[in-house]
Amino acid sequence: MQLARTEFKAGLRASLPLFIAIGPFGLVTGVAMAAGGIPPLEAMAMSILVYADAAMLAATQMIAADSPALVVVAAAFIVNLRLFMYSASIRPYFAGESLWRRVLVSYALVDNPYALFIQRFGAHPEAPGKFEFFIGLAIPIWFCWQVTLGIGLLVGNQLPAAWKLDFAAPLAFIAMSIPLLRDKPMVAAAVSAGATAVLAHGLPLRSGMALAAVVGILVGLLSERIWSVKSA
Amino acid sequence: MSLWLAILGMTVATFGQRASFLLLPPHIQLPALLRRALRYVPAAVLTAIWAPELLLQKGVLSIALGNERLLAGIVAIAIAWRFRVTFGTIIAGLVALHFFDWMF
Repeated sequence: MQLARTEFKAGLRASLPLFIAIGPFGLVTGVAMAAGGIPPLEAMAMSILVYADAAMLAATQMIAADSPALVVVAAAFIVNLRLFMYSASIRPYFAGESLWRRVLVSYALVDNPYALFIQRFGAHPEAPGKFEFFIGLAIPIWFCWQVTLGIGLLVGNQLPAAWKLDFAAPLAFIAMSIPLLRDKPMVAAAVSAGATAVLAHGLPLRSGMALAAVVGILVGLLSERIWSVKSA
Repeated sequence: MSLWLAILGMTVATFGQRASFLLLPPHIQLPALLRRALRYVPAAVLTAIWAPELLLQKGVLSIALGNERLLAGIVAIAIAWRFRVTFGTIIAGLVALHFFDWMF
């Protein structure tokens, strides 16, 4: 019990630095959704039900272009392929948890909590307090996202672009990905995935990112043979 | 009406993706090769998200002093590599972005 509380608090603390990235991104996403002509009620409903930033931005573009609902859903699915992989990657850590706890983790499984969780427990899948840490991490991030997105919807496009706060989002991904590069195959996977994402940028429906993930994984696996690193 | 349909579809698709493996019965084990492959997912996917933001300007590859986002990103990468701090990396990157924007 004591440990559960400690881990919950550790999760809360770990979430705080992310506010500076998620807050501005929530604002920017809200502004973009308002500008894309999505009414506040529908935008807020999407944010709470779907709760996936990149997919919502992609959907906004497509809805603004009058795409049929099925195409919008397909685009969101492709942008969110990484969530499918997150689910598989995080599964061993929650295999012993109850169904409703795994449903909760599923709902809250977005980039930032995932990356921070792996940072902390990546090498210790047996460590206790994982669920409490994850929830402690996920709750403030959820509120920060919903509140700032709501503000973004309200203030529309009156935010000073001169602040360049949209750059906080890629910076957060840099801050989360770089510490993961602990061995050569991992570096090879990241570099090849990044290069693929850049080169495949023009592919339709944002499929470049899915392609980048596949290339990164294959390069990582092949590099293991070259550098003969033992996998975790 | 079509908008609510899209929201409903996105909700089902997104939750399905997240829940897929988490809700499988515990006795179903992932194949060893898949487990090894999954080790590379976070680094690959996270890098694939930020790399285009640094290297592309309006959809075109740009490796030049005029690309202040690339320069600021390099500063952030160096900070993240050396100190492994989230907050410090983001602050350093934002400060660097304004600095390079002012300089070039």
